Amino acid sequence: MDQDYIKSNVLTTTLESAINWGRKHSLWPMPFGTACCGIEFMAVLASRTDLARFGAEAIRFSPRQSDLLIVAGRISIKMMPVLIRIYEQMPEPKWVISMGACASSGGVFDTYSVIQGIDRFIPVDVYVPGCPPRPEGVVDGLMKLQKKVGKEKLSDYTTSNTS
Amino acid sequence: MKITEKPLETERMVLNFGPHHPSTHGTLRIIMELDGETVVKATPEIGYLHSGFEKLGEDLDFNQYITITDRMNYLSPLCNNVAYALVAEKLMDIEVTKRTRYIRVLLSELSRIADHILNIGMLAVDLGALTSFLYGFRLREDIYDLFEMATGTRLTTSYTLVGGLMRDLPEGYGKEVNRVLVETDKVVNDIETLLNKNRIWQDRTKEIGVISKEDAISYGLSGPMARASGIDWDLRVKEPYSSYEDFDFDVVIALNGDVFDRYLVRTEEIRQSMKICRQALEKMPSGDVIIDPGLGYSLPPKDEVYNSIEGLIYHFEVTMPNRGMMPPVGEAYVPTESPNGELGFYLVSDGTRTPYRVRTRPPSLMNYSIFSKLIEGHMLSDAPAIIGSINVIAGELDR
Amino acid sequence: MPLAKTFSFIKDKFPESVYDVTESSGEQIFHIRSEVVRDVLEIFKEKGFNFLADITAIDNLTLGGFERYAVVYHLLSHDSLERVTVKAYVAEDKPSIPSVEKLWKTADWQEREIYDLFGITFDGHPNMVRIMNPDDFTGHPLRKDYPRLGNKERDDYPVIKPAFKRK
Repeated sequence: MDQDYIKSNVLTTTLESAINWGRKHSLWPMPFGTACCGIEFMAVLASRTDLARFGAEAIRFSPRQSDLLIVAGRISIKMMPVLIRIYEQMPEPKWVISMGACASSGGVFDTYSVIQGIDRFIPVDVYVPGCPPRPEGVVDGLMKLQKKVGKEKLSDYTTSNTS
Repeated sequence: MKITEKPLETERMVLNFGPHHPSTHGTLRIIMELDGETVVKATPEIGYLHSGFEKLGEDLDFNQYITITDRMNYLSPLCNNVAYALVAEKLMDIEVTKRTRYIRVLLSELSRIADHILNIGMLAVDLGALTSFLYGFRLREDIYDLFEMATGTRLTTSYTLVGGLMRDLPEGYGKEVNRVLVETDKVVNDIETLLNKNRIWQDRTKEIGVISKEDAISYGLSGPMARASGIDWDLRVKEPYSSYEDFDFDVVIALNGDVFDRYLVRTEEIRQSMKICRQALEKMPSGDVIIDPGLGYSLPPKDEVYNSIEGLIYHFEVTMPNRGMMPPVGEAYVPTESPNGELGFYLVSDGTRTPYRVRTRPPSLMNYSIFSKLIEGHMLSDAPAIIGSINVIAGELDR
Repeated sequence: MPLAKTFSFIKDKFPESVYDVTESSGEQIFHIRSEVVRDVLEIFKEKGFNFLADITAIDNLTLGGFERYAVVYHLLSHDSLERVTVKAYVAEDKPSIPSVEKLWKTADWQEREIYDLFGITFDGHPNMVRIMNPDDFTGHPLRKDYPRLGNKERDDYPVIKPAFKRK
């Protein structure tokens, strides 16, 4: 669809807000937990801080059935092709949360074998700092992502907006 | 009509149990050759989390490396901190105070409870029983609260220093620990009631992955994996460190060596750890937790650093690049009993303020190397049970 | 002490291969040449040291020692509760040493790790390939002349641009 048909005007705002409301309250995460942040992510899913209240109920380990990739933990040079392949297998629209210091920037490990931040190679939407971040921090990151999803427009997904 | 029997032509299938999979805990990859449902050959591939810990150790100070040791076995970080501090103290020939040793024992045993309960929970989740995972995590949150009261953070604690501890325990700590131990008793009883006599659990874990005594010694196994095969070896009793000889507890041994026995050894070890924690709280001596900072080895407490000139001088003496702790030339190796087995650090020093070589003896690597022998002849669905019972932690395996 | 008797037994059997016997932090260290390591460890195993706790290696470039590389074996005896460290020295121009995989199965993966990180090959090992680093990695990271930040291996992956520009 071309840019001229889907201009942002008053007729599409209700439709947009309905679509965004549906998307942001049912983000299905796919955890890519490798190290210590993976254990904290499991604690986020457990009973004290419960991620299921935000709609992230269905934790599927299949990239074809999820729309949020949470990278938790350090990514080494042997694991990076696996991450790229999984990212490419997810269907649009998809978002990425980079959880922890190691995924955002390499963390404590400035060595030959750790990728210094996954945002060098894949696009990231929300960064959650901490080593490891507290579960409340991860929930805060998810809520910021929900706010970002709420601001999307239909014209973002047209062919003239591809980069 | 005669029906002649022709043999069925079959081909073996190669299946990739990939590095991203829900039931391999962490980044493990196994390439399996299957004949129907039976596994004929399995080749594990590791190294997907290799981060260069040992190369980092050559650029960091003796005290700074303690923050890196937390990230190795991230289920029980205090055991790693204690193991590294013991080696550095042996190399520099320092003797710590009695209160330090008792606090280290108390926190190591709490980490052991946390590690075992997570392992039991994950083994149950892989075989389909979700309840123990949720009960276990609720208990782990209480233990995290205890760690936060003592050290400041939940997971990456970095609590010990070379020569003592970062800070003393707060007031009222004993009451909180006793409350959590009562909870632990209830949770372990609940999990055992749900699982021990359950028909499905017994069918899926008995006679699976049997390890004989000779194999256990040849493959270098230690910890619950060796004790479940009948080897009577527990470093807290045979080579006691950090005042473990003052405590009275039993060593748990099982005889069959299958997955069910390893699960039973771990639940019973939680009960023995609870016994040690109660004894440590009753007998806790009073005193300092840091040795005299004037010797030049350990950092002085923070309120002295900010409020007195001697504290400031000692602090700079230890941390500045040209001065500071100059350990003697030599090497040391101290083995300790972590929840997985024999964890030890091997430090070589050449007289400067950073170590020359830091090596971790990773119990997960030795324990995991027996996997390809255990899975042969079993079915594909036994693989998660066996991996779950080995308790392989990717951070320690790959370092 | 059975350990002292074992040392003198080995020194009589291999007189020119034993460099020295030292002690550091309460632990006895036995320095030998790399060619006889399998026979020496077999003697230790017969004398009761039935558990091989750890194999590792050290690069002696700035520390000094008999040769450039030293492969270190930590042995333990379950019966007499004694520990001993055996150091076998490997020369720089031909870094190879016999493998002890036939004596203890635990040496399999650990020797592969030493090959990956130091470049020392083990003769007689069934599967001498890299274990920690990817298969196309060149260089041996834990040598003292390899930089900690690596040689740009961590930078060369394809950059994926987002499919839709979001504001």
